[in-house]
Formats: sequence, C-alpha cells, structure tokens
Amino acid sequence: MSFLAYFRSLISTLFQRAQADSELDEEFLAHIERHADDLERSGLPRSEAERRARIAFGSPVKAKEGCREQRPAFGLENVWQDVRFGLRMLAINPPFTFIAILTLALGIGANTAIFELLDAIRLRTLPIHNPEQLAEIQIVGGHNGLGLNQDYGVLTRPLFEEVSARQQAFSGLFAWSVNQRYTGKGADMRRFKALWVSGDFFSTLGVLPWRGRLLQRSDEGACPVTHVVVSYGYWQNVLGGRDLREGIKFMADNDLVEVVGVTPPNFSGMIVGDNFDIAFPFCQPPQLLRRDVFDVTVMGRLKPGWTVARASAELAVLSPGIFEATIPPNRGPEFTNPYKNYRLAAIPAETGVSSLREYDRSLYLLLGISGLVLLIACANLANLMLARASSRQTEIAVRLALGASRGRIVRQLLTESALLAAIGSALGFALAQFLGRVLVWQLSTEGNSVHLQIATDWRVLLFATAAAVVTCILFGVAPAFRATRTEPLAAMKSGERTTAGHERLSLQQCMVATQIAVSLVLLVGALLFVRSFRNLMTFDPGMRESEVTVAFLGFWQSDMPAARWLAFRQELVQEVESVPGVLSAASTTNVPLSGGSWEHAIDIGAQHGNSKFTWVSPRYFETMAIPILKGRSLTAEDTASSPHVVVVNETFVRLFLSAVNPIGQTLRTVGEPGYPSTVYEIVGIIPDTRYQSLRQETPPMAFAPAAQNPDPGPWAALMIHSNLPTAVIASTIKQSLKANHPDVLAEFFDFRRAIQDSLLQDRLMAMLSGFFGALAALLTMTGVYGVIAYLVLTRRNEIGIRMALGATRSNIVAIVLRQTLLALSLGLAIGVILALLAAGSAAAILYGLKPNDLLTFTAAIALLILVALAGSFLPARRAARVDPMVALRYE
Amino acid sequence: MPSQAELLPGTLDLLILKAVSLGSLHGYGILLRIEQISRGALLVEQGALYPALFRLVRQGFLKASWGTSDNNRRAKYYELTAVGRKHLREEQDGWNRLVAAITSALAAEPGET
Repeated sequence: MSFLAYFRSLISTLFQRAQADSELDEEFLAHIERHADDLERSGLPRSEAERRARIAFGSPVKAKEGCREQRPAFGLENVWQDVRFGLRMLAINPPFTFIAILTLALGIGANTAIFELLDAIRLRTLPIHNPEQLAEIQIVGGHNGLGLNQDYGVLTRPLFEEVSARQQAFSGLFAWSVNQRYTGKGADMRRFKALWVSGDFFSTLGVLPWRGRLLQRSDEGACPVTHVVVSYGYWQNVLGGRDLREGIKFMADNDLVEVVGVTPPNFSGMIVGDNFDIAFPFCQPPQLLRRDVFDVTVMGRLKPGWTVARASAELAVLSPGIFEATIPPNRGPEFTNPYKNYRLAAIPAETGVSSLREYDRSLYLLLGISGLVLLIACANLANLMLARASSRQTEIAVRLALGASRGRIVRQLLTESALLAAIGSALGFALAQFLGRVLVWQLSTEGNSVHLQIATDWRVLLFATAAAVVTCILFGVAPAFRATRTEPLAAMKSGERTTAGHERLSLQQCMVATQIAVSLVLLVGALLFVRSFRNLMTFDPGMRESEVTVAFLGFWQSDMPAARWLAFRQELVQEVESVPGVLSAASTTNVPLSGGSWEHAIDIGAQHGNSKFTWVSPRYFETMAIPILKGRSLTAEDTASSPHVVVVNETFVRLFLSAVNPIGQTLRTVGEPGYPSTVYEIVGIIPDTRYQSLRQETPPMAFAPAAQNPDPGPWAALMIHSNLPTAVIASTIKQSLKANHPDVLAEFFDFRRAIQDSLLQDRLMAMLSGFFGALAALLTMTGVYGVIAYLVLTRRNEIGIRMALGATRSNIVAIVLRQTLLALSLGLAIGVILALLAAGSAAAILYGLKPNDLLTFTAAIALLILVALAGSFLPARRAARVDPMVALRYE
Repeated sequence: MPSQAELLPGTLDLLILKAVSLGSLHGYGILLRIEQISRGALLVEQGALYPALFRLVRQGFLKASWGTSDNNRRAKYYELTAVGRKHLREEQDGWNRLVAAITSALAAEPGET
C-alpha cells in the first residue's frame, strides 16, 4: 500500500468509524439469525434457537474489537480514546489527581532544576564553533602550589611560550588569565573583571567581533597596554553602547586605554559561571617575565586528525626540554627538582573551565537525593493507584466480561498514569526554570556573583522526559497489571467489598518498606549535612569573627616612591584607628580565612620545612583577639632596622621546636625573588588559629612585624575591630580617607559575612538535603497512612468479628500496628545498609563528623519510627472505633 | 460427529480463502463451508471469523460487497480477488510441503538417519 493510500484509508477509517461499526453490527446480526434459522429447522423453538446462536457466536463486542485491531488507524484511534477516557477518570477524583500531580511536579521540578545547574556548569560546551577540538594543556598532577599562584593559573607564561614554539598538535594555541582591576581615580575607582589574552586567543576560538575588531597577535607588545576589547555586557551597561568611532578611552589602573572592539553577546570568556568586562592583550614587562608565577591557562585547537591522547603523547616527549628551558633562576633545589620532572598533557576543554566545578560532587549528590525523593513519591503514587485500581475492580471486571481484552485495559490504565506523569512533569519543568534560578542566586555571594545561563537545551529536555517516563513506569505498570489479573466473575460477585488477598497486602507493604529504606538514606544524609554545617558555623577559628570589618586600601595611583609604601601603610592604619567608632585596627598581608596563602621554606636548626608567613602591624593580635601564650607580641619597637622577629603558632612549635624552649630560637627563610634569606628570632607564641579556610587543618604559621616586610606593595589590608555595623563604619572611614587621600581606593567587607560566604557549599547542602529529607519523611508518612488506612478498610469485617468475639481496642490497635512494624523493621534494616553505603560518598564534604556517625543514624531511625507510627496511628484508632455490629452488618 | 480439532494458528486464513475460492459466500456461509469441506472435523470459533475476514479484505485477498441472500436478507458477500487466488495457491503449496516434511519426519524409524 502506498503511503498516500495508507494515509487516505487512515483518514477514512477515523471518520467512517461509526459507519464501519454499524456495518459490523448488521453483519453479525445476519450471521446469528441465519444460524438461528438453521437451528430452528432442526426442531428447536425460535427463542431457544436464537439463544444458542448468540452463545455460539460469542461476544460481538470482542469480535468487533478484533476487527478494529486490523485497521491501520487502530493505534491512533485508541490512544485518543484512552486519553479522553483517562482525563475523565482523573476529573472524577480531583483530590487524588491534585496530590498526584503536585507530588510529581515537585519531584520532577527539583530533579530537573539540579540537572539544569549541572548541565550549565559541567556539560554544556562553549559557544564557539567546533568546541570539541578545544584542549587544555596541564601539568600532570598539577604544580601543587609551587611558586606563586593565581586563580586559574595552571602554567607560567614562559612555559606557554616554550610550548608554542615546540608543539605540532595544535593549529592554534593561546593563553589567558583573569584578575580584578580598577578603572577611574582614587575613591571613585570601580572594580572590573579583566581577561588577559595572548594574541591568538580570539582567532583560535573563532570569536567574531560584534563591533570594531578583536585583539590579535600584533596587539601584543611592551607594557603598558593601549588597546582593549570590552564584553558586550560592559559595553552596554557601563559604556552605554557608545559608537566606538567616537574613540572610547579610559584609565584602567594607571594606563590610558582605548576600546577597539566589542565581543558578541554570547561570549563571556572561558570560565563557566563567570564573565569578563575588559580583555587586555598580554604585554612584555620591562624586566623578564617571571618563571615561577603560575598565572595562565593554556588552550589550543587540535589539528584535524589529532586527539588529546596523541597531543598528550607529543607533549610528554617535549616536556623535559620545555621544563629544562624554563627553570626559574634564583630558586633553590626544592623548587627546581620537582619542576624539572613535571610532564605536560592535554585534556578536553570543550566545556571551558570553572571553579564552580568544586560543586560537582554536591550537585551529583543532590541529584541522587532528589532522585530518591522522586522514587518515594512514585511509591506513594503506585500505592494510590493500587488502592484506586482495587476500588475500580468492579468496573474493570465488567469491562473484561464485556469482551475488552486484557491488554486494552492495561493500556487504558497506563494511559492514565502517563497523563499524570505528563501533566506532572510539564508543571515540574516549569517549576524547574524557577528553582534553577533560585539555586544560581544561592551560589552568588557579595564578592562573587555567578553568571550562569540556565537554559533549556536538549539534555535538560531529555532528562525531564526520561524522568517522566521512568516515574510513569514505576508507579503505573504494577497497578495496571495487578488490576487486570482479577477473574471477572469473582470480582463482580464480591462487588465493591473486595477481600484483601494476601499478596496485594505484601506488595503494598513492600512499597512502604522501600519508602522507609529510602527515607532513612535521605534523613541520614540530611542530618549529616546539617550537622556538618552546624559544626562549621559554630567552629571557633581561634580569633575574633564578629565586629570585624576588613578594608582593602590601594594607593598605586599615587606617585609616592616605593620606598614610602611601608610608612604610608602604617599612617593609614593610624588614620583608620583614629576614626570614631574604631576600637582597634591592624594591617596584615593575608586576610585570614579568605583563601589566600603565603608560604616560605624555612630551615630551623637541622630541620627543613615550610611555614605560612604573614606581616602584621603591632595591634593585630589585639584586634583579632588572639592571646599571646608565651613571650611577647609584636610592637612598634620592631622596626625595619631592629632585629627580625616572629611570633609563631602552637603547630609551628609542635612541628619544629617540641623539644626546646621555643622563645629565643631562630629560623632562616629560604630566599626567593623579593624575599632574601632572612634570620628571624621567635619572640612569642600564639594558640592555633585557622588560616586559609575553616576546613583546613591549622598549618605552621609565623607572624612578622609589618615594618620588616621586605616586599611591600602599594596597598594595605586592614582588620578593623568596631562594634558599629560594617556599612556604617565603612562609610565613616571612607569619608575621612577621601578628604586626606583622594587617590586611595577603599573597599570594605564584613569579616563574618565573608566567612559565612565561604561556607556556601555546606550551607547549600544542609539547606537542600534538609528540605529533601523533610519532604521524604512527609511523603513516607502519607504513604504509611494510605496503606494502613487501606488495609484497615479491607479488614473491617475481620476486625468487627474479632471485636464481637471480645478483642479489646488495644488488641485491635496492636493488630494494625503490627502491619506497620513489619514494613518498618524491614525498611529500616535495608535503609541502614543503603545509608552506610551512600554516606561514604559524602565523606569528603562533611566536616567534624564521620559518615557512619552513630548519633545521626540513631536520630534518623528514631525519626522514621515516629513518622511511621504517626502515619499508622490514625487509621489504627479508627479501626479500634469500629462498631462490631455495623462492620458485620456491612457484609 | 467425529471429534473436532482446534485450528492451528494461522490456518484460519487459509481455510477461509479455500472456502471462498469455491464461490462467493457470506460469513455464516463460510463457517458452514469450512465445516462441510473438513467433514466437520475443524471447529472455527465464530467470533474469530470476522477479524480474520476483516484482515483478509484489508490485505486485498478478499473483496466484500453487500448483496441480497436467498431469503431476501441483506448480507455481506466475500469473494476471492486475483491476488487472493495467487496467495491461496502459494499458501497451499507451502502447507503441502510442510505436511509432507512433518509426515516423513514422524514416520522415521530407529536406525534410519
């Protein structure tokens, strides 16, 4: 049959169905009458003959159904019929439909939202052509903090130049780095996000200019930079979308730059979740580039026919030569020995890079958690469908008896599930758009806004569809098959009051046990994350956290000589201290718990090791409320010309000086660029305080006087103790500084707030897992309630008889609760095993407790017992209230 | 009446085509004809006849038309098309080969390989 003919017959059968049906009726009738005629002729009375003929023919409905199945449009016609019927059935029972759709929408919405975030951070490729050709070059195993490091600093610029000169694998190779810079003057300075790129950056990526031209190799030259390119967002929001031909020039730090081009709106740099404002070309500083500053990411486009594996093989061969050629001068063997043994390799970079990927584990965990919640919701729905199918048993029995095939009814019931799943996931999908944005908003902090495109691509659509199909199968299939397994005669005889077969009971109890097991996993997870977060929040870092404002003051625009920087820094501290409301203030080269780190290799006696080094002004310990345990604090008498001294922490003493009286001992730093080898005398000891972050164990630390800092910069970080709110004290200080030093940049943030922002991941996990845990408990409670209530209903007669025979109310309650306890104990046993397995995967992001924490498990188990009992108590009490006479009469 | 045998799956179509090949018939007539030509040995479930007829018409082996029967009743008559006749011949040959093969297989004696 040609397609056209098929299509025509499809249309005609759809429209002529009524006619076809009546023709069949007529044909069947003729058949039966003829048969009856024959029987009558053999001597039967007419009525008996007709009866026998009808019996011999069998069900005309079934025969008609059989004919219909032969039609080409059969599938389509039936689906439409099933959908209409399904919608009618759903409309009959609004509360059921409402609960089912709401549960599904929440479950699928949460799953999709988390998946969207994962998709945006991890799975989506960069908006460039042929992103799959993009590869990044890295040191195998990383450089482990050797030398000086910057965010997204993987290689050094001299390394990039060596690789460029030698490699064959890439058709284009480029390097980039990011940092924060300032436009404008003094107090009016505004921070922007700078992207530094090598000459081939834009051409290799294939990014085309939106306006003007982009940076190219000829823009690389001697510092300072004169030409820049701005992002579309910066051009629109800050530069007002002005025509480039007018000549847009502004001060970027101390350099006057001109905008030569604008990047297209969809290009926001190489970092997923971040954007850039202004792109600068690499420039050559007057002195040689430092070989120990890891500040660039190197990427390239693979030549056709090259894979990352082949490129890695080539890089491995080239590595010894490349590293040999770039050994930094004036670095000791503890630097050069590991450095020479590094190997380079290529990894795929089609999805760009992102610091947000540290959330990977959390997001995958959350996806698992929300998936489990969806599973519990499915079990609930399956139970609801089962109960509904039993109450519809009579209807189904009648339809079976009338000749509907079993497959037809299964399909009908599955259509209802599919309808629920479709409506639920459509709503869930809409909900996910909102939830996804809330999640992104949660990831943003004051200092670091996240720019993620939560977009619906094919992966998200596929995910949501798959979730809908799987849920539909999970909650729809078993009840549908169960419903059609009844014998029509038996079901019709017993009418509405079906007796609970032993098996159905256990299927539902199994589902309750599953729910309890899964809930336990979720509750254990939730409690672990909440307690871990609480541990972090209440952790004492060993210093003042509240009533501290951090100020960052920059004076690189002033024309004072570098020799005056140290003294000016001290003047700024004094000036800030004199502002009303400031209780004390001190400068430091490292703001604690902010993620920064400064380390020197040291020799102490015969020992060799590493210690963190911070240069602080005299009142630092007082400002941060860190007590001096032994010896003295740093004072104003410790000047550049006096003997070099340090205060060390207890960890330092334990590691290096456990055997002797540490006061008066000396240490020698290993020299490096800007920091010549120096001997320091230990004059005091402070208790252990956290350094880089709350999570990190305290490292050995040394604090030296600010006045003895060998390499100060034109900036100062101040810790300010004030009982005024940060916003208030900041504006007061800002005003006073602006009057005296118009060319000093001043930025402030609240210390405590910054610490809390650093706990973002923990807060997110605690919040979301807590929410999902509570949701799971709630769903389980309704699940238990539904099943027990149903069981009680089906055992009404039995309960009536028992009570008539003298059972007390508490006997009855016990009987009902026994049902729960069976499922509960099974569920808890399985749940504990699953939870132990699952919690292990969260070990890395827990703080201050083990994943198999006994208290957590006990609490979760107790909570679930409570939930299960609460869910079954109401129906149990209702069962005990049954009036035996009523229950028996009902039968 | 000799004992009746259930139809093998797929043989109903063949029997219907054979019955109709002897002259156009209505549904009940086909039933009677099958009973007659099988000497009452084959039992056709009446309800199953019509889906099969429907299918054969759809496949183009049969042609159906409304007509008037002996006692002036309207009835739907089925007759074989040219395609149907060819199909019947092929099916018949296939069936004969199958029967011959199975018969000889079942007649095999021990030692005969």
